[in-house]
Amino acid sequence: MVLFALLRLLPGDPANALLGVGATPEQIAAARAQLGSDQPLGTQFINYLNSLARFDLGTSFVSHAPVLDEIGNRMAVTLPLTLLGFVLALVIAIPLGVIAAVKSQTWYGWLISVVSQLGIAIPVFWLGILLVTVFAINLRLLPSGGFPLRGWQNPLEAITGLLLPVLTVALVIGASLLRYVRAATLDVIDSDYIRTARALGSGFTEALIKHGIRNGSVPIISVLGIELASTFLGAVVVERVFTLPGMGSMLLLAIQQRDYPNLQGVLIVSTLLVLLIGFAADMLQRLIDPRLRDRVQAPT
Amino acid sequence: MTTPELTIPQTHPRVSATLWVGLVLVGLHVAIALLSLVWTPYDPLGMTGGRLEAPSWAHWAGTDRLGRDFFTQIMLGSQIALVVGAGAVAIGGAIGVTLGLLAAFASRWLDDALAATLDILIAFPTLLIAMLVVAASDEANLFTAILAIGIALSAIVARLTRILAKRVLLLDYITAARTSGTSWMGIVLIHVLPNIWPTLAVNFALQFGLAAIAEASLSYLGLGAPPPNASWGHLLQEAQGTVYTAPIGAFAPGLALVILVVGINLLADGLRDVADPTRSAQR
Repeated sequence: MVLFALLRLLPGDPANALLGVGATPEQIAAARAQLGSDQPLGTQFINYLNSLARFDLGTSFVSHAPVLDEIGNRMAVTLPLTLLGFVLALVIAIPLGVIAAVKSQTWYGWLISVVSQLGIAIPVFWLGILLVTVFAINLRLLPSGGFPLRGWQNPLEAITGLLLPVLTVALVIGASLLRYVRAATLDVIDSDYIRTARALGSGFTEALIKHGIRNGSVPIISVLGIELASTFLGAVVVERVFTLPGMGSMLLLAIQQRDYPNLQGVLIVSTLLVLLIGFAADMLQRLIDPRLRDRVQAPT
Repeated sequence: MTTPELTIPQTHPRVSATLWVGLVLVGLHVAIALLSLVWTPYDPLGMTGGRLEAPSWAHWAGTDRLGRDFFTQIMLGSQIALVVGAGAVAIGGAIGVTLGLLAAFASRWLDDALAATLDILIAFPTLLIAMLVVAASDEANLFTAILAIGIALSAIVARLTRILAKRVLLLDYITAARTSGTSWMGIVLIHVLPNIWPTLAVNFALQFGLAAIAEASLSYLGLGAPPPNASWGHLLQEAQGTVYTAPIGAFAPGLALVILVVGINLLADGLRDVADPTRSAQR
């Protein structure tokens, strides 16, 4: 319902969007009738719920293909890109973040922090361009962009097409995750339970592993949820750099062509995913931290 | 008998090296932007050299695909980055602080509704919201970009303001002020804003960096200010096409942007230490 309201508020009159600036009033009226945007808001809302319940997102203004099919095709690019990039980011960020915190007094601990500072200041698209310059143009190891037309029918080709984009996503997300992991680890190191565990005779690493991971992961998981969601939504820039036919380029194209059904479709699916990720992160936190389970009823 | 000498702990905030480095980097950009208002090495639109020349004494960063001096364009890009950063933070700050205060003072029901909406909005990246705002407006220009990024940032500001203000509102002196009949407006202006201002200011600095990156991204996607505006994002987008022959073009504008954002982030870190000395002592 929120989404319905937002969509009605956001991109103006869909009929205007469909026809562009130079449309005559008659054309606009006709387009409104076709879209149903001349109906009262209540009727529009019921129609909207109706088609949502049937998983019908309409057809594109431009290609006249069903929106949902298009989204399905493009998910085959964006989902692997997001998930692989995210997993690689975790693989980079967690060990380095812990090292940066535990060894914060050493030069390499400091170096990791400095590099991650740089990492969050680098725009995604520039990193992508730099990686293309190095790996595709200078070293000629990987393609500079594009995705095989036949999709995943040739998995090797598809994977090579995704390698650089995945690396780009992973480095950017990894740099920002690293800082959270480092902060969380520092909190854990300073905590009373680690001191107690040490006093009771366990080694530092042992105490960190036995008590630190569970405690430190709770705040990290909510950040992970947000980062995963924004990785998915932020795919638009990476897809543009590497000319990948994913959800992001669909969104961009929909905006440029004022393709309202496609735009709405991408937004609905993205919002659902974002909510789903948030919900999953919440559940995971409750699983790890029993204290959160009792607070189910309590208002935030 | 001598009185034992009291060592008074240093109370004035220590201005850290971080702050200085940040100031220098940001200052450099401001200076270049100001300079470019009155002087640039070449006419920004004039074809002053061959196409896609490599860097030389005459053209420090080479020339673009139309033979225009690239260094001049990058200098002009500073203006856009700074104007969009400042404008977007001003808009985002105004909307965000107002909304956040409103939520903090509002009834439970309205507050919950606002908080939930903000939580959802925050999950959407700044760039995406900005893209949608640009999509909603008729044409893409510099002002739309500023407005779009400002609106996108306002959710982050609103959420922070709400949390900070709620924390202040719980304190005893607010109860005292209320009992003594201070109006809502008075409480906001006298008690809440001065208390939350330092934290907000640090956050605004960080938002400035975010805004600069968002502007470059919008321009890169072709949704920013239209040419001949020399936004760094636009320069990079053009240079990507000619990266085989002139790699410098795909490098220099990005470097300029990163220097600006690193500078701002360092500045924010330094300001945070000044605003809240206990934090810097911890680490």
